[in-house]
Amino acid sequence: MTDYDVDVAVVGAGPAGSVVALELARRNVRVLVLEKRQEIGAPKRCAEGISAPSLQQLGLELDSRWVAQKIVATRLYSPKMREVTIAPKGLLGYILERKIFEKYLAAEAIKHGAKYLVKTTVTDVIKEDGRVAGVKAQSWGEEITVRAKIVIAADGVDSMTAKRAGIDTVNKLGDYHSGFQYEMAGVNADIDKLHIFIGSTIAPKGYVWIFPKGNTMANVGIGILGDKSADGARAKDLLDRFIEGNPRFFAGASPIEANGGGIPVNISVKTFVADGFMIIGDAAQQVNPIHGGGIALAMSAARMAAKVAAEALTAGDYSRERLLAYENEWKKTDGAEIQRILKLRHFVEKLDDNDLDSLVDVLSGDDVLRLMDGDNKFLLKVLLTKAPKLLSLARKFLQ
Amino acid sequence: MNVDRGRCMYCGGCVGVCPHQALELKEVLLSVDSDKCTGCGICAKFCPVGAIRGGVE
Repeated sequence: MTDYDVDVAVVGAGPAGSVVALELARRNVRVLVLEKRQEIGAPKRCAEGISAPSLQQLGLELDSRWVAQKIVATRLYSPKMREVTIAPKGLLGYILERKIFEKYLAAEAIKHGAKYLVKTTVTDVIKEDGRVAGVKAQSWGEEITVRAKIVIAADGVDSMTAKRAGIDTVNKLGDYHSGFQYEMAGVNADIDKLHIFIGSTIAPKGYVWIFPKGNTMANVGIGILGDKSADGARAKDLLDRFIEGNPRFFAGASPIEANGGGIPVNISVKTFVADGFMIIGDAAQQVNPIHGGGIALAMSAARMAAKVAAEALTAGDYSRERLLAYENEWKKTDGAEIQRILKLRHFVEKLDDNDLDSLVDVLSGDDVLRLMDGDNKFLLKVLLTKAPKLLSLARKFLQ
Repeated sequence: MNVDRGRCMYCGGCVGVCPHQALELKEVLLSVDSDKCTGCGICAKFCPVGAIRGGVE
């Protein structure tokens, strides 16, 4: 039995886990990351899109090895295939090659002194006097013990670590998207745009996406609300139907990879901290409720958590009260934005296909851009002039 | 012959050398703890590809 004794043990080496490890290592904290999989970054459970500002915040120099495609705009398709193109000033963002990006993030953390283990599954948290004091894990089939002053759970939607620490992170069907995706080759779609398809038949309370990756490759996926999933109308069924029904994009295309997953679209986790314990990323349901993107929020929470954890270590105080500084900071920033966007999600879910068609007709790209930022007051204003019949519905959900 | 799941890398190399077709690669395993499962079916309803079936084991 191998034993480790570190300042911080991080469970999971996705974007959340590696960014928290990097930020801790930069502050000379002794950090050990435990990754269940034998390969960091694979299999992906993600459409790989990230906005330009979110990536810039990391302070990494962009590398063509993990930036698959630059994106300048989003093209939104209504149920009747009417289109509106939403182009921000400058670059919208990137489609990553996550299998490389995640290894690159791990490399950054390792260069700064973090240690990693792969093929190492955490099996339990160690509790002493009610506080988390480390984890037990199976590493290459052998039990290991990792003692840590703080354990950070970054183990994704299927996180067991938070549950073992006593925090309920179970997703509910009404707040959880059932996701399925092919990475395909032979896709015919404008390469520098995200393509988003909405409609109750296409993707009930969700959407279909095409995220181009270059050389005719693209992530082609779907998210539907979990309680809409049923035999014959599961995420995969609906995506297969969409691909079949849209030869304009998919004639001659074939899958080169398949991915599945769950996507939290509401925060139901009551707290992100306990004595000696923190949760970040998908494990904490830190996901944008309208588009289901999680990489940026995961990395943002990771930076906040690292700062608070490092300060707690300096002070020698790993209590829940001390670590709450992370949760409070998060609620003031990302959390407040998520709450605004959540209201927008609840409004959009009430729209029928006719509403969606007419909105795509009347809204300009700039209108949609501001709406995606969670500017709900602006939505009321724009509806008043452009789609007044939806105003009372919007008022009900946005105020 | 037993497989140590904690060590197996699911690479399939052994399948390729087995003369008796006794091995089959079944990717990563999803385990169900039958002591805890109540058969409520939420997971089966959610599954994007319909890979989970049935009630309590």
